[in-house]
Amino acid sequence: MKADVAVGQYCEGSSFLHKLNPKWKILFAIFYITVIFFAKNIFAFALLILSAVLLIAMSGINVKVLLRGLRPIVLIIAFTAVINIFWLRGDTEIFHLGFIHIYLEGVINALLIVLRVVMLVLGTSIILTYTTTPIALTDGIEQLLAPLAKIKVPVHEFSMMMTIALRFIPTLVEETDKIMSAQKARGSDFSTGSLVKRAKALIPVLVPLFISAFRRAGDLATAMECRCYRGGEGRTRMNVLHSTWRDPVMLLMLCVLLTLIILLNKYAPGYRLSM
Amino acid sequence: MEPIIKAEHISFSYPADEDTKPRKALSDVSLEIEKGSFTAILGRNGSGKSTLAKLMCMILFPDEGKLFIEGRDMTAEGIGEDDIYEARKNVGMVFQNPDNQIVATIVEEDVAFGPENLGVPSAEIRRRVDEALETVGMKEYARHATQRLSGGQKQRIAIAGVLAMHRDIIIFDESTAMLDPRGRKEVMDTILRLNRQEGITVILITHYMTEAALADKVVVMSDGTVADTGTPGEVFSRVEEMRERGLDVPQTTELLWRVKNAGYDVRLDIFDPEECAKEIARAFKIDGRN
Repeated sequence: MKADVAVGQYCEGSSFLHKLNPKWKILFAIFYITVIFFAKNIFAFALLILSAVLLIAMSGINVKVLLRGLRPIVLIIAFTAVINIFWLRGDTEIFHLGFIHIYLEGVINALLIVLRVVMLVLGTSIILTYTTTPIALTDGIEQLLAPLAKIKVPVHEFSMMMTIALRFIPTLVEETDKIMSAQKARGSDFSTGSLVKRAKALIPVLVPLFISAFRRAGDLATAMECRCYRGGEGRTRMNVLHSTWRDPVMLLMLCVLLTLIILLNKYAPGYRLSM
Repeated sequence: MEPIIKAEHISFSYPADEDTKPRKALSDVSLEIEKGSFTAILGRNGSGKSTLAKLMCMILFPDEGKLFIEGRDMTAEGIGEDDIYEARKNVGMVFQNPDNQIVATIVEEDVAFGPENLGVPSAEIRRRVDEALETVGMKEYARHATQRLSGGQKQRIAIAGVLAMHRDIIIFDESTAMLDPRGRKEVMDTILRLNRQEGITVILITHYMTEAALADKVVVMSDGTVADTGTPGEVFSRVEEMRERGLDVPQTTELLWRVKNAGYDVRLDIFDPEECAKEIARAFKIDGRN
């Protein structure tokens, strides 16, 4: 465990995507997800891939970094692919062994579904997590939800909690590390034995961690009070989130993409996704 | 001149828990802090010095006695939350643990936290944050992550956060206790500069006698009462009394005191090692024994 854990996957940069207003970015990500679900045939998917390539180019993020980010979902991808290949029935059987029938449609369907999952992960991570700092994201959520404050939803409190949580993750990781070392020095063993035994060995780590976290919370509350914090009312911000020409341009591009995908779905020939 | 903080016979007890009796933390403490002065508060653990600090920034309220902040009686009838909030705008506090007082992940965002709470307009916050970071010498770290800074740097950020709120009084509650010698020096240099150049009233709670020796006035706390006050020279010269209260004196005073006990005539109120050496040399010369 390293002390300087990066929260999220943010990559420093100053690209077109980095400079978008985080408030709109959240909506753009949702928009893009919707567009992905609209795509139904091979041509539409080809256009989606093109749009992803464009997004990568606009973000300036290293492709290697992006591919590494896909690693955790490999299992999900494999699972979806297998299920689709074996379960879907079609007209053209290409393989047959005992009770297993594999159809061309199943293979194409599996391919498209896998593509869809990959695009979902890539799209959201490029638009949101890779190009937006967690703090900017929190600010964006706060602004986006601001109207809800009128109906007494504690939007500011929620966003302050997120900010503080993000601030304390590295601190608590560091602390866990220290406590684990201290317990190891006293003869604790975290790495051998059965799962139950190892889980039990963690109790002497969790108890002091919780106690210390509560103490920190108390200290922080006092410090915040001393700095005249009293909730979101009457509070101003140093960095106001600005919208630039980039935000409408991004919106326009997404609209064009959606229109093209709908047109391709309707008029392009070829296999249509059955999910 | 009217003192900026005045405590008159204040007492305070921590309320009883399930298994503890109420603990008397302060009894009959009277104290005056002059505007623009540098006061050091000394005392053993549990002597009530941190409680006093919390009373002065209105986190706690005295059970008895009166407390005036900038001439305003904060213990008067009818003082409400808004009055406390107003008064708190003038008293800043820097705590012991640098990690537990930083709110944001980015340096400048943390410094901006205070003025944001006060509702200062954005452009003005920007200006104040830059100015405050400049004052504590952390300008080049404005966009850095707070997590990666050293302890001394974190404390300077905390000081900048207080400065950006334009406060008249800053209380340092053992702010140097968790730092290494270098970090301590960084923070002490900043504190001295604020006091001497910016005219900010500084109250420094500390265990380090060398830090207390830099103050205009030293207040010694013992068992919840003020045991001694005076200039560092006066207070530290009373070496035996300080020892009885479980406190040290600066090393120079310690040395001079031993020399004096050996029968030489030396002053005790010298805190600069160079000056101390000269004083001893002078005393030895007069005596004729080398």
